[in-house]
Amino acid sequence: MSLEISGLQVRFGARPVVNIDRLGLGDAEILGLAGESGSGKSMTALAVLGLAWSAGADVSGSIALDGLELVGMPERELRQIRGRRIAAIFQSPAAAFNPVFRVGRIVADALARHGLAGSEAADRVASAMRQLLLSPDLLRRYPAQLSGGQLQRVAIALAVALRAQVLLADEPTSALDVTVQAEVLELLRELRARDGMSVLFISHDLAVIAELCDRVAVMRQGRIVEQGRTDAVMGAPGDPYTAELLAAVPVIAGGQGLG
Amino acid sequence: MAITPQQRRPAPADEPSPGAEPTAGAEPTLAAEPTPAAESALAPSPAAAAPPLLEVRDLIVRFGLVRAVGGVSLELPGGQFGLALVGESGSGKTTIGRAVLRLVPAAGGQIRFAGADVTALRGRALKSYRRAVQIVFQDPAGSLDPRMRVGPTIAEALLAHRVVPRKQAPERAAALLAEVGLDEAFASRHPHELSGGQRQRVAIARALSVEPRLLVLDEPTSALDVRAQARILELIGRLRGERNLAYLLITHNFGIVSELCERTVVLYLGMVAEAGPTAALLAAPAHPYTRALRSAVPEVDPALRRSRVILHGEPPDAARPPAGCVFHPRCPLAIARCLTEVPQLAQVRPGRLVACHRADEVLSGAV
Repeated sequence: MSLEISGLQVRFGARPVVNIDRLGLGDAEILGLAGESGSGKSMTALAVLGLAWSAGADVSGSIALDGLELVGMPERELRQIRGRRIAAIFQSPAAAFNPVFRVGRIVADALARHGLAGSEAADRVASAMRQLLLSPDLLRRYPAQLSGGQLQRVAIALAVALRAQVLLADEPTSALDVTVQAEVLELLRELRARDGMSVLFISHDLAVIAELCDRVAVMRQGRIVEQGRTDAVMGAPGDPYTAELLAAVPVIAGGQGLG
Repeated sequence: MAITPQQRRPAPADEPSPGAEPTAGAEPTLAAEPTPAAESALAPSPAAAAPPLLEVRDLIVRFGLVRAVGGVSLELPGGQFGLALVGESGSGKTTIGRAVLRLVPAAGGQIRFAGADVTALRGRALKSYRRAVQIVFQDPAGSLDPRMRVGPTIAEALLAHRVVPRKQAPERAAALLAEVGLDEAFASRHPHELSGGQRQRVAIARALSVEPRLLVLDEPTSALDVRAQARILELIGRLRGERNLAYLLITHNFGIVSELCERTVVLYLGMVAEAGPTAALLAAPAHPYTRALRSAVPEVDPALRRSRVILHGEPPDAARPPAGCVFHPRCPLAIARCLTEVPQLAQVRPGRLVACHRADEVLSGAV
């Protein structure tokens, strides 16, 4: 699997909000996309999902999944890719689950949309739930009866059940407790190691990216100001903006500080 | 009673005794700071009788059958002092903050502010208390009225507590905006025209407008980007010095407490797991839960990354807490005793309290 972005522009009318020359995600790679609110990182994710139009934006350039061009692809064909080959999880998992249905029904419907039903669908869901250490009881509950961390893991389980090749994760841990965040990050590492899943991990928090990602691209005002191996970029940032983001990460003063 | 910036000055390190006579013409208000005369007359030995600014004893809060807070005690001396309440969702940290503000009723225990029983306050004394203790919420988009411009938002608080005469309110609002690092042009903007960090500055300016003695900061930076977070933390650090602020900082993230809080209380399922001086507690956690929370903080520098203690699962249902130590189902160090015997909060080092049967082993590094 490879995902190649080149010459990508996302515009609202005449105003460009994303302008990416080149960005690639390799097989079983975890790539971090870092930047603040308004930097264009989430619009990039929407463009990859073929959903930027829903926000009223125009997309030009190229997004290729194993050579298959996604920009300009008819919606009917895109639906076979979105969710199935490219899955996504977002900051607020609660918003991704319809509150009036039980979790199991939502998961079953999502699989059915990709032609998976009956015992095969049930087996896949059961196996994905086991893999993510989720109790099957959760499927009988309503979304509001699950914690944010549980919902986020069910959303990841759905991607696993569909055997997605690419997971777009847009600030998936920003609304979670640090303990649950650590658990979700561990889970993403496992999925990559065991299933070879590639992850585009979007976050404003460079510390989280440093923990998880092989490579990082730093976005500012729609452009990528720097990209490279995470340890290299974090160790010696080449762009002043990257340095600013790094300096903002709180450091625990071990044995010092107040008191 | 109006307090102008000229009259405002750092309060003494020790608070007035609860029985302190109000100065002539002043309300017997919890919000007012003592005059030097009152101090010298009533507090000849300053260290002697001064009660802490905030004292919580065995606080219990129930929501129906759920015991959200199960007997928590804490103390905040006042003056420049930060007390962190750290824990996951459901730990009771936010509920404690709300009980202190009397936004939720206490089902048991005591809350005392400058010696006065908070739960018994009525009428003017309650209004005075509501002025003395202010809160800043996690989501400033939700706590600011979207139809109201920033200037009137701050002026509203000034007028409600009669901090300044109506005519002076805009000027004072502008001064408060400047104090939190916002240009006075912001006064005419609506909340939606502001970034998350700017909105949080407005919320802080509004809280400060009534000259509070205690701030409750409930996850004040969790909804912000790291850079906006860093600036808000810096602002709180500056204000604590300039305004002699005392605050409760409620957070799930140890990453933000070391610079701002002298003391930290770690909560789990409505109980204190560990409490102590922040630096000592972070350098060598004595409770396995503190250790897990500490190690969950992401670090940029690989050298600083601790060997991860990943907690699996969720905190248990507070309606059906487990027997023995409430942490035992998730604890990597649980032994047979932990399944049956509730650990009592006990002093393990001077100033450090821990509720864990294995605290000595954890502290000594044996486990």
